Amino acid sequence: MLTKERYVDTFLELIRRASAELPSDVVQALQQGRDREASDSLARQALVTILDNVDLARAKSAPICQDTGTPVAWVSYPEGTSTRLLEEAMHEAVKEATAKSYLRPNAVDTLTGKNTGDGAGRAIPFLHFEEWDEPKVEVRLILKGGGCENVGVQYKLPDTGLQAGRDLEGVRRVVLDAVVQAQGKGCAPGVLGICIGGDRVSGFSESKCQLLRPLSDTNPMAELAELEERLLKEANELGIGPMGFGGKTTVLGVKVGVLDRLPASYFVTISYMCWADRRAAVSLDEEGAATWLN
Amino acid sequence: MAELRLPLDEKTVRALEVGAGVELTGRMITGRDAAHKWLLEEHREAVAPFLEGTVIYHCGPVVRQLDDGSYEFVAAGPTTSIREEPYQADVIDRYGLRGVIGKGGMGLKTLAGLQKSGALYLHAVGGAAQVLAEAVKKVERVFMLEEFGVPEALWVIEVEKFPVMVTMDARGGSLHTEVEDYSKAQFERLLAAPA
Repeated sequence: MLTKERYVDTFLELIRRASAELPSDVVQALQQGRDREASDSLARQALVTILDNVDLARAKSAPICQDTGTPVAWVSYPEGTSTRLLEEAMHEAVKEATAKSYLRPNAVDTLTGKNTGDGAGRAIPFLHFEEWDEPKVEVRLILKGGGCENVGVQYKLPDTGLQAGRDLEGVRRVVLDAVVQAQGKGCAPGVLGICIGGDRVSGFSESKCQLLRPLSDTNPMAELAELEERLLKEANELGIGPMGFGGKTTVLGVKVGVLDRLPASYFVTISYMCWADRRAAVSLDEEGAATWLN
Repeated sequence: MAELRLPLDEKTVRALEVGAGVELTGRMITGRDAAHKWLLEEHREAVAPFLEGTVIYHCGPVVRQLDDGSYEFVAAGPTTSIREEPYQADVIDRYGLRGVIGKGGMGLKTLAGLQKSGALYLHAVGGAAQVLAEAVKKVERVFMLEEFGVPEALWVIEVEKFPVMVTMDARGGSLHTEVEDYSKAQFERLLAAPA
């Protein structure tokens, strides 16, 4: 049965997996980065430490990074499901996960500066809902760290300083600028989730949604696939490297989505995800049986 | 990798240069945004002895309290240091710190402070929370836990072979400036490339 308790238990395990177990495509990209870097370089040492850390976190079922981030989830549900119940269940799961040290108490009252202590707060966790035709509930979760969230940015084209016009060449210029501005501060090598178009809210929302894509997939839109490939190659020519120590591995993946826009606006929104690209997904059928997804 | 014992003396600190790998053993203290502001509001007598000669670690750990009331670090990687740029040089100067551990590097004010006071910026690998928590052997005590919460409290810890890299030294050297300059030159080259 799909009771609230069933949701809470499943979401707790979803959070544990996201916090402690880095997805295999991300691990593979980190390994490829390590093998690319010169043998005695700081870049290589950093990636070796990162990969040791990934193994250790999985073995200990403990957080990969102490900044366990904002839990952001995309929930698809069939007609008739209570989204309020799902929201409550996720809040409870976050509190339990915090008590079990899968998450850090990470919510701070902005006005008083006081930590809520239990991991939950206003808009923490944050859920996106979408009704669909499938008879199951699917939840895709990311844990979005604060360091990388701080280097996310939204550009408004045209941008005179960067000579960036309202076309894909303009997009290329501002994305590379964002990577240069971030240096190592977003915990490079990162993953770029990008949205072209939309408004200031939908742009950030879609840029984060792009982070759900596996690193190895190919964009179905040919011109965006080409842009993703070029940006990945060029971002890695910037020489920023892991942690900003210098090196060939600055970015692990680039994922670009597009939304329509108003005639007056042309936003390019970039969400930077740290190397600890934590995501996990689960599908629950009508009986409450869970299938763990990639 | 050179092994250094905390507390550090000025001579040792001034001899180290950007690019050196170091393993730290001894007592250090954590402190981040709220702590830095608080340390400068007035002289904090009770905490001062735990800062003198050692390093402050920009870290907001995940901490578990054990049945006997003691604490254990569950995850403990560095946080972004640049937010402490307005305070860092003054905190080093006032409390006699010999270094800072964090990630992402710091700016010119801190770099000048490192030179003046004889201190280092030590970079830990961001996100490596398990590897670094393993190097934390004991939590000695904590200041301001109730007021600041777990991530922002000042935790006095014993570490063993805590791995860091010198990325800003007491001679004015900064790896972060070098990398930034290089990446900006590459950026200009890429922008000049045909569309």
